[in-house]
Amino acid sequence: MAKTMSEKIIGEHAGRSVSAGETVIATVDLCFTHDASGPLLISQLKELGLNVANPRNAVFFIDHAVPAPRRENANDQKLLRDYARKIGANFSEAGNGICHQLIAEDYALPGQIILGTDSHTVTAGALGAFATGMGATDMAVAMALGRTWLRVPETIMVNVSGELGKGVFSKDVALYLIGKLGSEGANYKSIEFCGETVERMEIGQRMTLSNMVVEAGAKAGLVPSDIETKLFLEREGRTGFRQISSDKGAEFEDIIDVEAEELRPMVALPDSVDNVKPVDEVGDVAIDTVFVGSCTNGRIEDLRIVAKILSGRKLERGTRLVVTPSSKRTLIEAIKDGTLQTLLSAGAAVTPPGCGVCFGALGGVPADGEKILTSTNRNFKARTGNPEAHTYLASPAVCAATAVKGVITDPGEFL
Amino acid sequence: MTELRGRAWKFGDNVSTDHIAPGRYFHLRSNLPELAKHVLEDARSEFASSVSAGDFVVAGRNFGLGSSREHAPLIIKMAGVSAVLARSFARIFYRNSINIGLPAIVCDTTLIEDGDQLIIDLESGKISNVTRGTVIYFPPLPEIMRKILDEGGLVKYVKKHGSLEL
Repeated sequence: MAKTMSEKIIGEHAGRSVSAGETVIATVDLCFTHDASGPLLISQLKELGLNVANPRNAVFFIDHAVPAPRRENANDQKLLRDYARKIGANFSEAGNGICHQLIAEDYALPGQIILGTDSHTVTAGALGAFATGMGATDMAVAMALGRTWLRVPETIMVNVSGELGKGVFSKDVALYLIGKLGSEGANYKSIEFCGETVERMEIGQRMTLSNMVVEAGAKAGLVPSDIETKLFLEREGRTGFRQISSDKGAEFEDIIDVEAEELRPMVALPDSVDNVKPVDEVGDVAIDTVFVGSCTNGRIEDLRIVAKILSGRKLERGTRLVVTPSSKRTLIEAIKDGTLQTLLSAGAAVTPPGCGVCFGALGGVPADGEKILTSTNRNFKARTGNPEAHTYLASPAVCAATAVKGVITDPGEFL
Repeated sequence: MTELRGRAWKFGDNVSTDHIAPGRYFHLRSNLPELAKHVLEDARSEFASSVSAGDFVVAGRNFGLGSSREHAPLIIKMAGVSAVLARSFARIFYRNSINIGLPAIVCDTTLIEDGDQLIIDLESGKISNVTRGTVIYFPPLPEIMRKILDEGGLVKYVKKHGSLEL
């Protein structure tokens, strides 16, 4: 019987053929956590009285508040560091980067089941893995038993065709889709992306697509693995590529066709990710501060677009710009190719790789009444650290054009 | 354990984990009693200081969307809340709630107003609205989640059974 990618991958890990709607026990290839949920996970493992079954398949990241801004954070991070060393698990130190970026660069492979204690674990779907976020207790059990329970999700197929216009990126496809589906339109389901436009995207752009599916409630955001995936893995010096996609004739709950030519740069307005409008319909919105970074859009290609727009310009309208590269490798590349120099010369403040600005834990917090535009994934009230501020979301290109103009701006004229 | 009594605290649609456990209190994540003092602060600022043991959080659609932070249901439970009722739940929050032994009930919450006194029978799936003299029925949890909740959460379930079983 024809199967979706989710059914195939979960079936392989359940040891039998499975279909959407079934609940199964599946083995897990990779489990990861970070300083936001790791301490709770460790206490749940102690409560269980069990050890991590396979430490080589477990990764502990310190990325959420780095470098530690307070004693409490430092103590949590020490707990993770010591625990990972003690059990012989993989460990990523503060400053190495955001877990989802490093999972893609160093760990994820097509066809795997990956669990992370973070909702944006779905990012690894861009490499053809079934990757999903869970809480600390589910993860404690998954690490201890090497297995988890899953309801096999129905799949919404998103077929993107045509050329993306000038100033339009995968982030705009993602925002458009979330606006269309609504914030729970894909709850408990998988979203799978296909079509020529997706096939032409590099892995980084696909990661933005997969990353954002959770903002429509989805459990996974899968992209079939292909030659791009193979090349990405080779560039990272890794083996284990395999081709995986949905079978012809597989049953999808819904098929959404997106015409790339019709998409404009998109903006999500406060206070929900599905409150989406094309940039030319948001009116004159003066922005006080701009942030480019996060697991959604802090990769080298994102920083390069920002640098292209800021090149030879200064932030003269009083709008501030904070940039966080998503990993140390991204930062090093940005140093090597001059991207960082351009950003700094224009007036940007650059922070070490990490998650802190995106979720209001560390750095870049807007003042009362201020408006912040970010390249991240969420704009709920207080998300950026201040319940009296207003958060807008867009692509790195819209962010950069806005930093230059001081109002939310279509990046087309700069590209 | 199956009959719960308390007051309804009404919330709207799309109450996110950022409303429940704001990122600006990130440093308190390993100090749950302190973090619980801020529970739902960005949705209803008076909630944390006014809620009584046994009370219910009663919300609209898509409760708990956003992050996988299990601290969100944990501090709701720690604040004394005995169950969360919503028209729908976001996936990770729903799983986390059951895993830590906090009942998450899907039902038509439009029939409940703020301040209503409720009696909930988890076994028969019945909510009696004492204030309004009405009754709401809700469907049972998926079987594996009911088993986990019956044991008081996933840790206790796995300790008892030694593994995951369907």
